[in-house]
Amino acid sequence: MEFVFDWSWMPLLATGLRVTVELTVGCVLLGGVLGLLLAIGRVYGGGIVSRLCSVYIQVFRGTPLLVQLMLLFFGLPAAGIYLSPFVSGLLALSMNSAAFQAEYFRGAIQSIASGQMQAGLSIGLTKWQAIRFVVVPQALRLVLPPWSNEVIYMLKGSSMVYLVSLPDLLGMGRVIASQTFRYFEILIVVAVMYLAMVLIITLLLRVIERRVRVPGLGTTGR
Amino acid sequence: MSLLLVENIHKRYAEEAVLQGVSFQLEAGETKVIIGRSGTGKSTLLRCINQLTKPDRGNVWLEQAEVTSPKTNIHHVRSQIGFVFQSFNLFAHLTALENLRIGLTRVKRIGKRQATDRARAELSRVGMLDKVDAYPAELSGGQQQRVAIARALAMDPKLILFDEPTSALDPELIGEVLDVMIALAKSGMTMLVVTHEMGFARSVAHEIIFMEGGKILEQGPPARFFSAPEHPRSAEFLRKISDLYGQEGV
Amino acid sequence: MWESIWESLPFLLQGMTINVLLLLGIIAVGITAGLGVATLQIYGHWTLSGVAIGYAWFFRGVPELVLLMLVYFGLNQFGIRISPFLAAVAALGLRSSAYQSQIFRGAIQAVHPGQSLAAQSIGMTKLQMIFRVILPQALRFSIAPWSNEFTSVFKDTTLAYAIGVIEILRRARYLVARDFALTIPALVAVAVIFFVFVSAGNRGLQVLESKLYIPGFESKQVSRRA
Repeated sequence: MEFVFDWSWMPLLATGLRVTVELTVGCVLLGGVLGLLLAIGRVYGGGIVSRLCSVYIQVFRGTPLLVQLMLLFFGLPAAGIYLSPFVSGLLALSMNSAAFQAEYFRGAIQSIASGQMQAGLSIGLTKWQAIRFVVVPQALRLVLPPWSNEVIYMLKGSSMVYLVSLPDLLGMGRVIASQTFRYFEILIVVAVMYLAMVLIITLLLRVIERRVRVPGLGTTGR
Repeated sequence: MSLLLVENIHKRYAEEAVLQGVSFQLEAGETKVIIGRSGTGKSTLLRCINQLTKPDRGNVWLEQAEVTSPKTNIHHVRSQIGFVFQSFNLFAHLTALENLRIGLTRVKRIGKRQATDRARAELSRVGMLDKVDAYPAELSGGQQQRVAIARALAMDPKLILFDEPTSALDPELIGEVLDVMIALAKSGMTMLVVTHEMGFARSVAHEIIFMEGGKILEQGPPARFFSAPEHPRSAEFLRKISDLYGQEGV
Repeated sequence: MWESIWESLPFLLQGMTINVLLLLGIIAVGITAGLGVATLQIYGHWTLSGVAIGYAWFFRGVPELVLLMLVYFGLNQFGIRISPFLAAVAALGLRSSAYQSQIFRGAIQAVHPGQSLAAQSIGMTKLQMIFRVILPQALRFSIAPWSNEFTSVFKDTTLAYAIGVIEILRRARYLVARDFALTIPALVAVAVIFFVFVSAGNRGLQVLESKLYIPGFESKQVSRRA
């Protein structure tokens, strides 16, 4: 049993790493915007809007990410829509992430006492203003702890794009491995690189959490 | 004409008729206190006035404007009616100053500098100027409620509704809030207060409104109400209160 | 087009049985290893506890796909022959055990410490205490996060496709290879089948939760991805 690793493989892996990072950051942010809208629609929307948002969330949470990826990658061209591989991947991952983030946001919004909304309305804010200036700022802070889970999950989920031929970190690793047959070594290095990213993300979010912290918010709602 | 006219308000929740035809009016500068047992619809009545709850039947008029009409801009009306909640409901993510400022900048569209000056003035009026940058969680209950009153005042309202403002406070903190409310009443603010604080009612109310079972059973000046109530239920209620509070209550 | 999918339904569902078998295998590995790691972390010596934490951290941070390939290709590289199915069960099972160890740990620690004091004070042995007092309560705390894990694992079984397991997704790809026009219908069929199975499974767990419900006993909600 010997461990052979050629450092000349690194630049190639780095190319894949860049795609992974871009996909992860992109889909979490896009998914966040869509997820927040879905959550607002679910909580504050009327009957139909709320129902539609709920359906979207259930469908995207209840089916495998890989199937969603393939549907977008192979299904769109079959329907005549041609997107670049990166955009297709980003779109699929974002739509998936949005469904999960919507649930996090919904939990946060619902845990903010209804008195906050009432107080907003009582000074004459419109419903939309109250959502924007009173509920959302609090919800964003409440959502930070579980949000780091989401970022890590999408980081791992992004590795699936290799299966639809979008070359990310794992994809590049596989390319090198199939030529050199050093599967174990390369995959271990790839695994370590993912772990390093997880560590960086966790630390980064902890710093952000500390910066935006407001005393009393997130412990008991008043 | 009256500042506030409440006409025949009805409200039903599932099986229960919470308000069954409540009518009264309020003139500018008057303070009226609504008392009665818990759960007799007093809070619901207040919420019907600024439409946080929509009544099933009845009308509310604020001077010329019909509040209950669907054509009225309810946000504009609400900015003219102050509301102080039992659980304060200060915006948890904003400092005391920002709590006052947000209504001024977002609803009244006043510029930031002017809004800040106004906010500081109102905070000073309730004695909270030293806590402008404190977050609600850093303030005691009494302090939070005073900021909440300042928040209502900052909007320069025509009248202020108080929904059991001291019921959620520890006993030793009630005094500071009542002092602010008494000063307000004496300065000529129009106030409609739901409370159990009989001492307050006695000293500043122009009229006591006694409610039970979703209806107004008796209305009258405090001097008469507390010493010689007309309705049998009023007398019974006052007896219970004096049992509870001893001499201090009545 | 959609009719041929309807006809191919049995073909697809046969593939689904493989996914279900994978699920059962993974859950089995996950529970046993997970319980072991959890006990190690709570009751073990501090070095063992550190190993347990490291174990959990590794398997939670590395993508499932990487784990699958690591086990399958890695072992094969060293001459150990392992079927794709077993590799999938092993890789995903170990990963699940890492998550489940955290669920069990949280649940056991959520049981009020007074419970064990009370058990000891009436003379129970440590083993009796664990089985008769702690675990029954911990079990009820686990159900909510556990149904998240179940859903997550079930969806991950499609990843076995990547190392050659002939499960439902691969069968769908066979259909598409024969007729490209079937692309969208085939994949939608897979999605729908999964959705039905996942919903049924969750409903079953909800029934279980209500059967085990004790008034006043709150199940701690662990905010986690499903």
